[in-house]
Amino acid sequence: MATREIISTGNDLAAIAAVDAGCKFFGGYPITPSSEVMHTISDLLPEVGGTCIQMEDEIAGICAAIGAAMSGVRAMTATSGPGVSLKAENLGLAQMAEVPLVLVNVMRGGPSTGLPTRVSQGDVRQSRNPSHGDYRSITLCAGNLAECYTEVVRAFNLADRFMQPVIVLTDETIGHMHGKAILPTVEEVKAGIVPRKTFDGPPEEYRPYECGPTEPAVLNPMFKGYRYHFTGLHHDSKGFPTEEIETCRKLIQRLEDKVMAHTDELEYNEEFMCDDLTGEKGEVLIIAYGSVSLAAKEAIRHLRSEGVKAGLFRPITLWPSPAKRIRELTDKIKNVLCVELNIRQYTEEVERVSGRLDIEGLYKVNGRAISPYEIVNKVKEVF
Amino acid sequence: MAFDYNRYLRLEKMPTLWCWGCGDGVILKAFIRAIDKLGWSQDDVCVISGIGCSGRFSSYVDFNTIHTTHGRTVAYATGVKLANPDKHVICVAGDGDALAIGGNHTIHGCRRNIDMTLIVINNFIYGLTNSQTSPTTPKGMWTVSQKVGNIDPTFDGCDLAIASGASFVARETMLDPRKLEKIFIKAFEHKGFSYLDILSNCHINLGRKNKMASAMENLEWIDNITMPKKKYDALSKEEQINLFPTGILHQDTNADEYCDMYQEVIKAHQGKRGKITQDEFEKKI
Repeated sequence: MATREIISTGNDLAAIAAVDAGCKFFGGYPITPSSEVMHTISDLLPEVGGTCIQMEDEIAGICAAIGAAMSGVRAMTATSGPGVSLKAENLGLAQMAEVPLVLVNVMRGGPSTGLPTRVSQGDVRQSRNPSHGDYRSITLCAGNLAECYTEVVRAFNLADRFMQPVIVLTDETIGHMHGKAILPTVEEVKAGIVPRKTFDGPPEEYRPYECGPTEPAVLNPMFKGYRYHFTGLHHDSKGFPTEEIETCRKLIQRLEDKVMAHTDELEYNEEFMCDDLTGEKGEVLIIAYGSVSLAAKEAIRHLRSEGVKAGLFRPITLWPSPAKRIRELTDKIKNVLCVELNIRQYTEEVERVSGRLDIEGLYKVNGRAISPYEIVNKVKEVF
Repeated sequence: MAFDYNRYLRLEKMPTLWCWGCGDGVILKAFIRAIDKLGWSQDDVCVISGIGCSGRFSSYVDFNTIHTTHGRTVAYATGVKLANPDKHVICVAGDGDALAIGGNHTIHGCRRNIDMTLIVINNFIYGLTNSQTSPTTPKGMWTVSQKVGNIDPTFDGCDLAIASGASFVARETMLDPRKLEKIFIKAFEHKGFSYLDILSNCHINLGRKNKMASAMENLEWIDNITMPKKKYDALSKEEQINLFPTGILHQDTNADEYCDMYQEVIKAHQGKRGKITQDEFEKKI
C-alpha cells in the first residue's frame, strides 16, 4: 500500500480527508476546539469547486449541510459537544429522511459550556442518541492523527452506504496535536470512494423509501428528473407523510435493522499486544478509545517491562459497539480496566455486553489528559 | 382553455389538510400559475417548507421538495442553493416558522442576499397547533396561550427583512390572486433574496375567538388592515398604526448576490493549494 506522510494537526487532517473523500459542502459555526476544521476546509473546498459557509448558528450549519446532501453532494459539518446538542434535532431529521452526512465532533469538557479548551470524552453517550426517537447512530472514534484522516474518509463511505449521518469523534488533544501522520495516498482514497446508490429506471417507478427490510433508502440527487419528497414525518415509499400503522412500524424497524443487520461492515477495532493473552491469572485487558489509547499503549509497554501481561482493546467504531468481541475478551480475561475521559460512559456498554459488573475503571473529568503512569498505577492498585 | 393545475400537483395527496376556506389554497394556485408563466421546468425547482400548516405546502406540489424541521427552511435552502447555484429555490414558511423559531435564519438569509424566495404565509396565529400567539398576532387578540388578550408587541416581517438586507421585499394578501401571481413572478425573477409577506386567513384558529369566525369576516379584516404602499405612505404616522402597506416595499437590483460572490471566492482560490504536503514542508525547512 502506497503511503504518504503529512505533518499536520488532527483538525486539519479531518478537513483534508473530507476534501479527498469528495466532500463538496461544509456548513459550520465557530466552536472551540473544532474551529480549525472550518478554517482549513474554507481554503480547500473552493479549490475543488465546493462550498464552505459559516452559518449564523450551529443549527443552521447542519441544516445547510443536510440541504446540500439532500441535493446529492457529499457534505460535512464539524463542531464540539454544545454544537451537537444544538444540532441534535436536525441530526434526527437526517436519520429519519436517510440523508448521508458526516459530523465531526472534537470533544471538549462538558456538560454545558464546560471546559472549552480542554480535552474530554464526555460526548460518547450523547453520540449514541443525540436526537429523540428510535434509530441507530454510527459513531467512529479517531485514536491518533492518521485516523483523523482515515476515519473521516471511512465516515463518508459509510454515510453513503447506510444513508444516514455518521459521527466522527475526536477530541481536543488530537484535534490540536501537531505531528506526522502516515496516510493512504489521495489516489487510493479516491479509488475507495463508494458513492450512494441511485435508481436509474423510469421516474414514475421510483420509490426512494421502498427497499429491503434491512436496506437503506435509495435517494437520487435532486434536479435530475426524479422528483420526490423529504420529510421528518413518518413517510411512505415515496417519502410522503403517512400515519398508516404498518408503514410507520416498518419504517422505524428498518432504521434499526439497516444498521444492526450489517454490523460486520461497521466493526473496526484495534487489539494491541492482545495476541499472547490466554486467560492466565494476572493478565490485564485495558479497554480505551480515542486519544486515551495513546497513553494506554505506553502504559502497557511499561507494565510488560515489569512483567505484567497487559493488552489493549480499542474500539474504533464505538456505536454500534463490538459486542461479540468485547464479550469474547472479557469472558477470557479476568482483570479488565476501562480508561475514559468521562465517568463510565463506555464502561456501562462493556458491562452490558459482557454481563460482568466487576469491570474496573479509571476516569478523569477535569479537562486534563490521562498519563500512562496513572494507568500503570491504577492497574497495580486494583489487580 | 382552463389553466391546468394538475401538472404541478401531487394529485394523490389531494384533498389538502387545510381547513375549508383557508387562504393557503389560493396562495398555492397563484404559486403554480407564476411558475408556469416563468416556464421553469419542475425538475429545476426546489420547494422547501418548515412546520405548521404552511409546512404541508411542499408535499402538495410536484417539484423537488423538502419538509424540514420547525423554522429551518432558509438554512436548508442555503445548502441546496449553494450546492446548486443554477437552480431555483423557494421557501414557504408560516409567521411562527419564519419570524419566531426561525427568525435568526430569516435575518441572515436576507443579510447574505442569497438568491432565493421566502414566502411567509402570515395568518397571524399558530393555526396548526390550535391558536397560540405568533410574533404577528395583533395586540389584544385572544390566543389559547394569552386568553385575556395578547400583550406581545406585533412584529412586522417586512421591516425586519428590509433592515436585514433583503433586496426584494413585498406584501400582498390572498384576497387578490392575480396580484399574488404577479408578485410571485417578480420575486422569483429577482436575483437576490426576496421576502414575501402574504397575509392569509385563519378563521378557524384566529377568527373564532376574535369575532371573525367565518372566512369572509376574516378576509374583510385583512382587507381593512391593508392598503397599497402609495396610499399608506400618504398617511401620517398616527394613521399608519395597525395598518400594513402592500405591493413592493423595497427593491435593490444592484446588491451583491451571495452565490455570485462565492464564485469570486472560488476564482481566488484556484491554483492555491492550502494543505501542507510533505514536499512543501521539506522545502520550508
